Formats: sequence, structure tokens, C-alpha cells
Amino acid sequence: MVGIVSYGTYIPTYRIDRKCIADAWGRGALKGERSLANNDEDSITMAVAAGMNCLNGRARESIDGLNFATTTPPYQEKMNASLISAAMDFGREISITDFGYSLRSGVAALKAASHSVSCGATTTHLVTAADMRSAYPKSDEEQSFGDGAAALLLGTDGVLATIEGHCTLNSEIMDVWRKTDDPYINMWEGRFVQNEGYIAHVKAVIRTLLEKQGLSPENIDKLILPAPTEQLFSKVVKSLGFNLETQAQPSLLSQVGYCGTAHPLMMLCHALETAKPGELLLLAAYGDGADAFLFKVTDHPPQRHCAVRTESFLKTKLMLPAYGRFLSYKEVVTPLPGEPFRLMPSATATWREGDSMLRCHASKCRACGCVSFPIQRICPQCRSKDDFDITRLSDQKGKIFTFTRDNIAGRSDDPIVVQTVAEFDEGVRFYGLMTDCDPSQIELDQMVELTFRKFYDGAGFHNYFWKLRPAREDKGE
Amino acid sequence: MPHGIKDEVAIIGMGCTRFGERWNDGLEDLVIEAAYEAFEDAGVGPEEIQGCWLGTVTAPMIGIGGTALADSLKMQNIPIIRNENWCTTGHVALLEACMAVASGVYDVVMALGVEKLKDTGYPGLGTGRGMSPVLEARRTAPGSFGLIAKRYFKACGLSNEEGKALIGKIAVKNHDNGSRCAKAHFHNRITLDQAVNAPIIAWPLGLFDCCGNSDGAACAIITRKDLAKKFRADPVYLKGFGISMDAMLPHLRPGFDWLRFDALMTSSKKAYEMAGIKNPREELDVAEVHDCFTITELAIYENFGFSEWGKARDDIESGFFCRGGGLPVNIDGGLKCFGHPVGASGLRMTYEVYKQLQQKVDNPERQVPNPRLGLSHTFGGPPQMSAVAIFGNELG
Repeated sequence: MVGIVSYGTYIPTYRIDRKCIADAWGRGALKGERSLANNDEDSITMAVAAGMNCLNGRARESIDGLNFATTTPPYQEKMNASLISAAMDFGREISITDFGYSLRSGVAALKAASHSVSCGATTTHLVTAADMRSAYPKSDEEQSFGDGAAALLLGTDGVLATIEGHCTLNSEIMDVWRKTDDPYINMWEGRFVQNEGYIAHVKAVIRTLLEKQGLSPENIDKLILPAPTEQLFSKVVKSLGFNLETQAQPSLLSQVGYCGTAHPLMMLCHALETAKPGELLLLAAYGDGADAFLFKVTDHPPQRHCAVRTESFLKTKLMLPAYGRFLSYKEVVTPLPGEPFRLMPSATATWREGDSMLRCHASKCRACGCVSFPIQRICPQCRSKDDFDITRLSDQKGKIFTFTRDNIAGRSDDPIVVQTVAEFDEGVRFYGLMTDCDPSQIELDQMVELTFRKFYDGAGFHNYFWKLRPAREDKGE
Repeated sequence: MPHGIKDEVAIIGMGCTRFGERWNDGLEDLVIEAAYEAFEDAGVGPEEIQGCWLGTVTAPMIGIGGTALADSLKMQNIPIIRNENWCTTGHVALLEACMAVASGVYDVVMALGVEKLKDTGYPGLGTGRGMSPVLEARRTAPGSFGLIAKRYFKACGLSNEEGKALIGKIAVKNHDNGSRCAKAHFHNRITLDQAVNAPIIAWPLGLFDCCGNSDGAACAIITRKDLAKKFRADPVYLKGFGISMDAMLPHLRPGFDWLRFDALMTSSKKAYEMAGIKNPREELDVAEVHDCFTITELAIYENFGFSEWGKARDDIESGFFCRGGGLPVNIDGGLKCFGHPVGASGLRMTYEVYKQLQQKVDNPERQVPNPRLGLSHTFGGPPQMSAVAIFGNELG
């Protein structure tokens, strides 16, 4: 039986109080706060973070498929999933596909992976979705959107939830769109967008699915309804005859915001974190039509599969204190440039060094056991030549060996770079920059983990590498 | 066993520019200023130079070879060999020149180090090092040397405040020395309070824990020991040297403790052995060491055997390394006050040692009484490379 075998969300550490955005414009604030990607994050890095959370150290050999969905891909031409696959350290012969363009691309990626496993083309298939959509400054959506990612692992072994049914309703409608060169989303009149767009399609697709399955709303344990606003969320839940308090999976809108194509999968993961055996979960995702899925939780308790649960991401946060920084992190404004980079990025060097720089491989000497990063052809301890095994650091947690808080290496909108030397298993050292941290809270021996991040743009492309961040502890309960 | 070249070669002339923000002077002006002071000091002309060793670091990637020196001084028909070895570049030029003379191929050669840092448009040495596009993309000099501090504080049981006060005392000392040195970039004396409370560059290193960025050049003219006295009555002899490189970026080197630097220990040990020095703390009269950051000078005290491991604090507190102390270190103000035009520094430090040994220091307040042996040293890269040279004013 095909189903979900693991899951994991990712919510960036940075949040901004919606009032901070609203005050900058002298307008009203929406409730709560929104997440935003750090200045070294994008849809690719967030997808990797969700994927790593979902795999939680699982052996990579069993995974033979990867789908990635986003409406905000770092590359318009060049596969984005191939970079995710390398960072996840997947094999080179797995089936990988980019999905995009639609807010339903996340569930489309899920559906495709499910079909792929069902027909036997793949056996264990990772689905990742990440979005960081931009809205016009001062718009409601500037406040209501959030950035985030989710990952689901589909397979047939150790299934936590099966896909019991699915239905689709497609529609050509200009309600929300972004043309190729538009920096922000465009919308038609709000009442049309809500009533003829979201409400009409979502209600129709849910009713159809319930009908097809011979179920009524009271049979559903959790309605997972990714909605752009709280108002729409509660309106649809109630109008379909579901109980808002007991049946509706929390929307995440007031703590995170609406995370576009990733949102349906984020809410599904969040629901699985607390789901009980036998429960029925109904997910309906909107975007130029709608898709609805019915999941049934198996007898395997689905808890504790991801490394870090959504509740923990919600609690582990840093508040961005100023709207100016929000604008520069979102690349709406360009702050004062720092010193020019002395290193020229090189496509060939990046390609050649991919095993260490993207896959985070270290070498372990077969003669003396010394582990070193990046891969060293000559062992630094015993000088054995080309005699080593590969070990991956990205699943490990390490300890800070030493650090400085460097005030001259950073961006003007994020000036302090915590230069860090960390020690991982078997004494291997990693030198990197600490991200997602309050620099004043860094201490020797603090636990850290590796996180895949965007470095800087040069030579016309993005550069990626691993950074360190304070280790996340699961605070889910 | 190699026999070394103790007393085989002598410096017979040196020149050193004023260090600082030399907006009006280009690389060629700095070269000319240093070289012509050295020519005059040695009593030789450019036509007598049979080979040149040029040290400069920040030239364009594609390289300039030795042309900067050839073109400025109109040197021709002789080899001009350029090296780049980070902060040890000036020392490497000097020591390669010494070895060339010792080999018997040349009688009179020149070593010149020069750097024009103030043409870059930014105040530091910049961000990003190495060959990888990403691995060291955000590495800076203070961000790297600062990594020593936390480990040193921990090893010695110092609180952050105690640690900062300890390195602050080195800054106070070097600024006091620099105030007595006309050629230095900075002449301001500072208080410990100023040092400790200065703006942070790479915590715990504050502004006064970091050397400045300057333009400058320095030059030495070298000959065989048997020819030296034909040029001057008080040549300065090379007693010993050591150059040592560590393998692998210290940040990534497994097991590295950030306290004991092999390059420092082996380069100084080799230099002491060649010079016949058993107890550097007692036998050396003056030392110019690589104080790119105050924490570096602190680490050098212990790695060089000036202080026992973990005991540098006692020597700092007692003023052992101050002017008038047991072993004055960086008596000209060091990199702290001269700034660090990278390729020039090793020769600039040697210039001070040379003048000290001749007892010809421009300001008598700085003159060490009756010195016999002096050491100059640079430590460069991430850091990974160290070069030590020991000089004396007598043969034997």
C-alpha cells in the first residue's frame, strides 16, 4: 500500500511582527506575525531543510525519487531539484522533477510521487515544496504571506497514512497571478477572488470527494484547509458543515503566514504530528482549481518521525526588529554594499567540488581513521594517499570549538558574522558561518547543526554551501 | 645535517619609508623611497646590485612578477624574483636573498618588500580567501586570528573581561612604543580603558587589538660576511632563521587546539638552533614579532619560548616585554602602529632590529642599551606560515 512514510516541515527562524510592517506604512495590521526566509535562504535551501527534517538521518540509498515544487524557483532554467538532490546527498540515478507555476504544484508533486510509487517506477519518493512569494509593499499580502517548506516521504514500507482517495477540479481563472517579469503577485477584485475562486472550487472539490467516498463531514477527523486568510479559512470550514474547534487543522496563518504552494503540505505534516491511528484527514488545496485528498492514518503511530516538529519551529524564532531589514531580506531594496568579494565564483570549481561543498562529504582515512573536511586526498594525520572512505557530515550535530563575532565580514543589513570552528563526530572540524542565531548568545561547546544556505551571487549564478546554526531541539510537546 | 648560514651574510644597508596613508605615493614611489635610503646607507648604487628579491602580496591575480621593482628602479640584466607568502612575504624576500648570497652566486643583492594597500577603496584586507568559491568566502584576517582568543581565555581560565584586559595591555604597550617612532603610521598613546572599550572588529578583538592598514616599503642590501666591512664598519649579520608552513587551514585541521602553532614553534626552534641560542628569553635583546592582532603577539610569546606555556600573563603584567623590560617586543610600535602593508612588514621589522643593533635608532628613547641579538618575525595566512630571522652585530 502506498502512503506517507515520513514527513517534516520547515519554518525559517526569522519572524516579523505584522504591526512592524503596518506601522511603517501607517496602515492597519493583520493579527500576529509572519515568517520570512533569512537572507541566505531561498526555496531550494528551505526545501533541503524540510527534506533533511523529514529524512531525520534515514539512509539515502533507499530513496529513488525526488519532486520539488515552488512558484519561486531560484532558477528559471536549470533544474532546481538537482541541487536539492545533491545537498540531500541522493544518488545520481534517482528520478527527479521540478514542479512549479501553480499554487497547486505542491500537491501536484505529491500526486505525481504517489503515482510513481503506485506504478512501481520508484519505491521511496521524497516530495518537497517551498515558497517565498513576494507581495506589493503596503498590500495585505505583504503581511499575510509567509515563507516555509515541507517534505513528505512516500513509499510502501512503514506507511503512516495511506491515500484513500483524491479528486481534482480545474479552472482557467485570472484571480491571482504573476507574469514572468513581475516582482509581485497581482490579484483581481477581492470578492471575485474569494467567492468565484477559492470558496467555489474548494467547496466543490471537498463535496465531490466526500460523495465519492461515501462520507459526510462528521466522518472526517481533521480538515486540512490551506487558506490565504483566516476569514476564508473559517468561512469555508463552517459552510461545509465542519466544526472549527474540533475538526479544523490549525491554519498556521497568524504565526507563519500563507506559504503558497508549500502550505498544503506544511499543514498536512503538522496534522500528522498529532494524528492518531485510524483517523481520516481531508486536505484540499487551491490554485487555478482545487485538489482534494483523503488520508487514513494507519496503525503505526505517526509521531516522532521528523527530527523537529512544527510546534518546535513555531517556538524557535528570532524577531526581525525593523521593516527596513524585511525589505532588504526580500530584495525589495538594496542596502549599502559591503566590501567586494575577492573570490570569483566558478561553475567548474563548484561542479568539481560538489561532493564536499554540496553533499557535505568528509574523508575518513582508511589507514589511521582521521576524518577531515573537505575531502582530503592526502590524510592530514598520516599522509596516506587516496585511501579514504566518505562520510556525510550534514546529518550530524557538532560542538563549537571556537568562534569570533566578526563585524567586517557581513552584509550591511546583517553585519555580524559569527565565524565558527565546530567539531563533529570523530574529531572532524568544520569551519563555517553561524546563521539563524543571536550572535551574543553563542558560546563554546554549544551544540550546532549544519544547514544548506545560499552564499552570494557572482558570475551570474547563486553559490550554495553549508553553514552552522544552533542545534534545534524538538520542543513539540 | 645542514650546517645553516650563521654569520655567512650581512646586511650592509637598509631603508624604510614612513608608513601610513600615502595617498600621493604609488607603489613605485614607495619602492624608490625605501631603495634609495638603503643605497645611501650601504654606500652602493643600483648598478652594484646583482639580484633582487621582491616581496609584494596584493598585486593582481594574474601577477606582476618582478616588474614593479625593475620598472621603478630601472634595474635590468639581473634576476628579480617576486614572492607572495602572505604576511611572511617580506621575510621570505630577505631570507631568499641571504641564501642566494650564501650560495656564492652573488656578492651584493637587494631584498625589497612593498605594499600599496590604500588604493583598494576599502579599509581592511578584504573578505574572502583561498581557492574555493565558498569555503572561505567570508573569511577575514581579524575573524581568523580572533579564533585564538576564546581558546586561550579558556585554557588560562580567563573571563572575557580578563582576557580583553590582558590583550589590551599589549595594545597599550605597542602604542606607547609607536609614539616614539617617527616612521610609524600611528603615534597616539592609548589607555587600557580605551583599548578595552573600543568598537569591536571581531569580538573579542576591538579596534586597538587590530593593526592598521598602511602603505609602506622597506629594503635591505646584503653581501657576504667577508665583504661586509668594505661597505661599512657596523654590518649586521644573519645569525639564524627558520621558515615553516603548516598543512591545512587551521580552521579545518583535525585536532588543532588554536594554542600551539607548529609553524611558530618550528620556525623559532630552527632559527634558535642555527643562531646557537639556548634560551631566547635571556639571550635575545630585542624582538619584533607579528602583532597583526594583540592576541597573535600573546600566542607568540608562548610559542617562541619567551614565556612559559600559559604564563604570558605574568610577563605582560610585569612589563617584561615593555620598553626597558627584560625583552622589549615591538619597540617601534609593531604592526599595531606601523600598520601592515603585507609584503613590507618583515623588512620593516628587520629595519628596526638592524638600527637597534647598530645603536642608530632615530629616537634615543627607543634605543635598547647595548643590544647584541635581535629577532624579527612574521606570521601569515589563515594563519599557517611563520618566518623568523635572528641578527647580531658581532661575528661568532
